[in-house]
Amino acid sequence: MQLTLYDKIWNEHLVHQQKDGTALLFVDRHLIHEVTSPQAFEGLRNSNRKVRQPNLTLAVVDHNIPTTDRSKGIKDEDSKIQVETLDKNCNEFGIQLFGMNDKRQGIVHIVGPEQGFTQPGTVIVCGDSHTATHGAFGSLAFGIGTSEVEHVLATQTLVQKKAKNFRINVNGKLAIGVTSKDVVLQIIGKIGTAGGTGSVIEYAGSLISDLSVEQRMTICNMTIEGGARAGLIEPDQKIFNYLKDRPMSPKNESWDRALEYWNTLKTDKDAKFDKEINLTAEDIAPMVTWGTSPQDVVTIDGKIPNPENESNIDRKNSIDRSLKYMGLKADVAVQDIKIDKVFIGSCTNGRIEDLREAAKILKDKKKAAHVHGMVVPGSGLVKEQAEQEGLDKIFIKSGFEWREPGCSMCLAMNADKLKPEERCASTSNRNFEGRQGRGGRTHLVSPGMAAAAAISGNLDDVRKYNN
Amino acid sequence: MMLESIITKMKKFNSLKSIPAYLPIVNIDTDMIIPKQFLKTIKRTGLGKNLFFEMRYDDNGKEIKEFTLNNEPYNNSKILITGNNFGCGSSREHAPWALLDFGITCVISSSYADIFYNNCFKNGILPIILNEEKIKELSEYSKRKEEISIDLNNQKIIYGNNEIKFEIDSFKKKCLLEGLDDISLSLEKLDQILSYEKKIMNKKPWIFND
Ligand code: SF4
Repeated sequence: MQLTLYDKIWNEHLVHQQKDGTALLFVDRHLIHEVTSPQAFEGLRNSNRKVRQPNLTLAVVDHNIPTTDRSKGIKDEDSKIQVETLDKNCNEFGIQLFGMNDKRQGIVHIVGPEQGFTQPGTVIVCGDSHTATHGAFGSLAFGIGTSEVEHVLATQTLVQKKAKNFRINVNGKLAIGVTSKDVVLQIIGKIGTAGGTGSVIEYAGSLISDLSVEQRMTICNMTIEGGARAGLIEPDQKIFNYLKDRPMSPKNESWDRALEYWNTLKTDKDAKFDKEINLTAEDIAPMVTWGTSPQDVVTIDGKIPNPENESNIDRKNSIDRSLKYMGLKADVAVQDIKIDKVFIGSCTNGRIEDLREAAKILKDKKKAAHVHGMVVPGSGLVKEQAEQEGLDKIFIKSGFEWREPGCSMCLAMNADKLKPEERCASTSNRNFEGRQGRGGRTHLVSPGMAAAAAISGNLDDVRKYNN
Repeated sequence: MMLESIITKMKKFNSLKSIPAYLPIVNIDTDMIIPKQFLKTIKRTGLGKNLFFEMRYDDNGKEIKEFTLNNEPYNNSKILITGNNFGCGSSREHAPWALLDFGITCVISSSYADIFYNNCFKNGILPIILNEEKIKELSEYSKRKEEISIDLNNQKIIYGNNEIKFEIDSFKKKCLLEGLDDISLSLEKLDQILSYEKKIMNKKPWIFND
């Protein structure tokens, strides 16, 4: 039978399967962080269980830590307890942890690939929905809840039912100023936030192969915003080159054997997909979200939608509600929307290529006086690399703050947040009500678009700055 | 065989009767169910008072009168009827923990986000999927403040003189009815896990960093 890449990884990891299809799947890589793990460890302790494979588990602090000077520790008492709890748990159960002052610390989905912990053909889980990011390496990677974190810690397996196969083909070439962030926003706008529910999405087509490894990560990262369980891409030579000589990548003879296996990870030519859609790269323009759901997208030269044009009553109410929250009027040109803040960072766009893209636009330019701008590198290593390339200087010169790595204002659990009614051009992944701070208004954009917005003080078209 | 007491950890789901609360909003995300400032806890309990925090309280922390769950009898509802794609967004299990702590053990919607849906079952919450038409019909009972009943064993919702069947995965149903603990069930297959690991150590040794 002809199989998809997802089918193959699934079959390879079956430990047991019941008649009704409920399966026990082996987990090769388990990432944990401070927010969704304390109750799982508590559960282990209460039932006197151990971590089955501490070596297949890697912990990092990211969600809840300050991005300003860390020498004085964490001010917020609850955050501090959570971070200390992870430290204590990792010690007790023998798990490797990248703590707050470790250079390798960063956002869990940036750290995994960077260390070579993320590998093709593996099943990777984490108590975080953006685990889909790792699918860019041809792994089956998805987010789980805390009870499941406990289950994986105790058994190194997970109870799962197979999802459907969904393929999205993107062919052609992107215009200048258009990035993989725009591609994935366009996809979510097209399929909707529930469009992928119950499916695993494979991204394919000539554009996807042309993208760099980091650009692919941006697409897989936001797969969850389309409701899919996971997103993945066939691994190729670019992936193998990226992984070669990373600290946790296979070495020597193991590398050769791994490579041989990784080369087999391909969807068969005539494999059947339950659903398939096609996009043309040339049709994609720089995108921005206008509402409070990632599916609320419009091109940068577009207008805010008018709820009166909507015939479906639920949809009309939902647009009304979003516009009210966002403080926007129907039919206004997107480029006339004034912004207060710019956030560059997150597991979607906090890697070195993202910072380069933003810095290229900001070089020798100043941000608008009323805008507050912040760059939060995705990891300590990204930060170090950026500083070696002098990107930090470009950001600082144009008026941005250059911060320590973490999730920061992507979810605003630490001190980095929007005030009520503040409007932000953000390279993160969610524009939900209150996501970046209570009453805060988020417009999701690519790093280049965020930089363009910072300069003009309005949402703006990056193509004006690209030459 | 393992002892019954080890395998049952979660509260068993029995039949349920309550006036349902109706929240006709689509795409209610996990940030709306429980905002991030409450994720700093290291416990599973105590989140109920912060359920739907942003919709429920004003800037001064006072209850907003118009919000359904702030009013009798809905502040005691065990059943929540809601718009489609409920629980989208993050994987935070704090969302079902908050619902449970508030007293809600059954949600009715036309669709759910995958991770949230799974998380419900781990906490003894029954998420029922019905079509929009049936949801409208049931929501009338909320407006009229009349009770409806859930019979999980027979997969039925009983309201007035009517009843509707609902679908549910048979294994998930069994776990809810019996309050079974997944981890104990999986550890019963320890032999299979061991032999799988052994196979992988030979076939793909790099997985174990060898
Ligand atoms: S950067 Fe944002 S989306 Fe990514 S893991 Fe952190 S909080 Fe989640």
